[in-house]
Amino acid sequence: MQRIRLRYTKRGRLRFTSHRDFQRAFERALRRSSVPMAYSAGFTPHPKVSYANAAPTGVASEAEYLEIGLAEARDPEALRAKLDESLPAGLDIIDAVEVRTPNFVERLEASEWQVRLAGVATEEAARAVAAFLAAEQVEVQRLTKNGVRVFDARSAVAALELLPAQVDDGNDTATDRTGDVRTGNPCAILRLVVRHATPAVRPDDVLSGLRATADLAPPVPAEVTRLAQGPLDEETGTVTDPLALDRAAAPAGL
Amino acid sequence: MTAESVFPQLEALLPHVQKPIQYVGGELNSTVKDWDACDVRWALMYPDAYEVGLPNQGVMILYEVLNEREGVLAERTYSVWPDLEALMREHGVPQFTVDAHRPVRAFDVFGLSFSTELGYTNMLAALDLADIPLEAKDRTVDDPIVLAGGHAAFNPEPIADFIDCAVIGDGEQAVLDITEIIRAWKAEGRPGGRDELLLRLAKTGGVYVPRFYDVEYLADGRIARVVPNAPGVPWRVSKHTVMDLDEWPYPKQPLVPLAETVHERMSVEIFRGCTRGCRFCQAGMITRPVRERSITGIGEMVERGLKATGFEEVGLLSLSSADHTEIGDIAKGLADRYTEDKIGLSLPSTRVDAFNIDLANELTRNGRRSGLTFAPEGGSERIRKVINKMVSEEDLIRTVAAAYGNGWRQVKLYFMVGLPTETDEDVLQIAEMAKNVIQKGREVTGQNDIRCTVSIGGFVPKPHTPFQWAPQLSAEATDARLGKLRDAIRQDRKYGKNIGFRYHDGKPGIVEGLLSRGDRRTGKIIRAVYEDGGRFDGWREHFSYDRWMKGTETGLAGTGVDVEWYTTRERAYEEVLPWDHLDSGLDKDWLWEDWQDALEEVEVEDCRWTPCFDCGVCPQMDTTIQIGPTGKKLLPLTVVNQ
Repeated sequence: MQRIRLRYTKRGRLRFTSHRDFQRAFERALRRSSVPMAYSAGFTPHPKVSYANAAPTGVASEAEYLEIGLAEARDPEALRAKLDESLPAGLDIIDAVEVRTPNFVERLEASEWQVRLAGVATEEAARAVAAFLAAEQVEVQRLTKNGVRVFDARSAVAALELLPAQVDDGNDTATDRTGDVRTGNPCAILRLVVRHATPAVRPDDVLSGLRATADLAPPVPAEVTRLAQGPLDEETGTVTDPLALDRAAAPAGL
Repeated sequence: MTAESVFPQLEALLPHVQKPIQYVGGELNSTVKDWDACDVRWALMYPDAYEVGLPNQGVMILYEVLNEREGVLAERTYSVWPDLEALMREHGVPQFTVDAHRPVRAFDVFGLSFSTELGYTNMLAALDLADIPLEAKDRTVDDPIVLAGGHAAFNPEPIADFIDCAVIGDGEQAVLDITEIIRAWKAEGRPGGRDELLLRLAKTGGVYVPRFYDVEYLADGRIARVVPNAPGVPWRVSKHTVMDLDEWPYPKQPLVPLAETVHERMSVEIFRGCTRGCRFCQAGMITRPVRERSITGIGEMVERGLKATGFEEVGLLSLSSADHTEIGDIAKGLADRYTEDKIGLSLPSTRVDAFNIDLANELTRNGRRSGLTFAPEGGSERIRKVINKMVSEEDLIRTVAAAYGNGWRQVKLYFMVGLPTETDEDVLQIAEMAKNVIQKGREVTGQNDIRCTVSIGGFVPKPHTPFQWAPQLSAEATDARLGKLRDAIRQDRKYGKNIGFRYHDGKPGIVEGLLSRGDRRTGKIIRAVYEDGGRFDGWREHFSYDRWMKGTETGLAGTGVDVEWYTTRERAYEEVLPWDHLDSGLDKDWLWEDWQDALEEVEVEDCRWTPCFDCGVCPQMDTTIQIGPTGKKLLPLTVVNQ
């Protein structure tokens, strides 16, 4: 059985796709593009697909990963192009490699996020970022199925910085707009690197932390995009390509 | 009115609502056309939540038929849940289409498809959110034409104040004809404004425009007559019928949503209409005559649809799917074709006979055999004669035996309670039937763990059926009868534990009955209920009987009639019914004779297999029933693998 790892996106308005929604859409795309899937054994066979670490509903992503098992070998790039064409624009398959190394999920050590805070002045954001980073611990709470949970949002944060103000947010979430409705409004953009820990700390939790430490309260919901997930380079605070190992392990000439 | 997208405003609200994906559109096979390149624009609504509305075949078909036309566009809109409605009101975001997020008010036509009367309050919510005046008389030339269709539109009188017009019957050709009339009127510079356009529509004889009809009442509250009040407007409005289904192979490109919906399958309508003649069934009466899609037409639709959607299940839809002349070859042909692809086949609405077990076996060749559903509808032989559901208990038991013998382990039986002439004894027979089913199952399989689920719905008399004159059973009497049945099942030591019992109380049925056989005075109730917060009345968690009863008091004040008058009252032959001026093709005298036959427990055969019974539909439409066989088979497809 050939296995292929794919990187996909949730862009623009399709960031509101839940993970379950994506799964259904993806499995239908597999059928439409006649991918020769391997099926699980058992009474109701399922196509072999495994997903890693899905971004929350409402959060855009440039770096989601999944793995599929094929009954017949296929060229990863040709397969990627076919699948991408079969999915709606916004759910895009942007990378594919044949699996040659184990333990992929363990390689997803951290995520890099971009957080767009419309209506928040950069000075205000800078002050909040400084206060958050200065704290040793930032207790936040989140409502879970098992009630309110209190945990530290600070220690998982490997990097948090304010990006220079920009006109284009670069993450494609504005594709549906005829014009930028926020033109003329202040907008702070944060870059955030968070280690994948237990309990998971999400960008939302860091935003709660910013509110807790510096009273930062964005007037409209933050637009969050996952830019990358993969191995964390602790020195530079950057996240590197989790598919690099598989690519490097490919036999020469492919 | 600007047609600019409201998505930027909406987007800011979406993080705060449940299941935001249902509002963003972008479904596979959806279409966004250039607004300025089109001169007739339709907003199509299924007035329920997206998860129910999206799979609706009617809307999907019309959406595709309209968008295929040059210069015409259609977009879809659905009811928004109360969480988003509150935010939209707070932030001034209007009712929008999910395709390009345009405000509904910017369209030429706002077409609503009503499968059930319980969507009426949702229509008012949508109109209100769209900033379109609730009542037709208050609208201007800048408002869309509000058009109702669907089965409930066969009695549009309860919503006559709110709609500009209604179309009854098949929509495929009708929407195109209406489009041409609107196009011509707009090209001429909208002469005579809104009234002139509506008059042109009314004069075709196929569009009902309530404002051109006056309703006169008798002193006792009954209708005296319904009279056209404008020149050229016909006394009766006729239904639309598409005769050759193979000419309309829609949907060709079914919508595939990202959000989860109630039906996730590729549906193909294998025939329209029904000749079984079940007297309670409005769908069966108003969709006559029977028109079959050919086996090859079905095969092509399935193949194209699966390619376009990637669905894993095919539903062969109709009112009684096993009645298709070539259903055996269709089922076998499709099962053969798609064995490799793990495509499931389903056949809803099947009757009770052994042939259907063979069919069911064919359809589940590769899958599990969990449950089979049958609908005897009535518990006793006598009541089944009244409703003309011709299945004997012997048939049922024989069928059930075959089912268990073929590995099925659960049988689900559908019944109705509150049928005309029904007594407690008729209903208690349901328990006997369920026991006999389990006994037979145990006997055939030699096992004790045989399940039978009894599912019960309350009967609501519907317009254009032989039961349109019948008294509806009151909510209290319905509940009492259901209680007796429940006790009879629970108290049975031998079988009671193996019988599942599902039912609803009688209250929602009374509201449905009020709206089904209501007249123009009922509209005031709908408005009162809407203004009191009524929404999503088809959802148990949103429906409030008390709100409806309160609305009835204010709405009907001063009319001299009440909710019982509309529901539990039996009508006489002479009474002018609110929907008499809407012509479903059925001869009213034939319906009356069939009602009399029902009372005398006389059955009527299926006209597929027996001579004509003069229901009136075929001669009026100058046609006959359109059935096979074609004698063709579904050939295996050559597998093309790139």
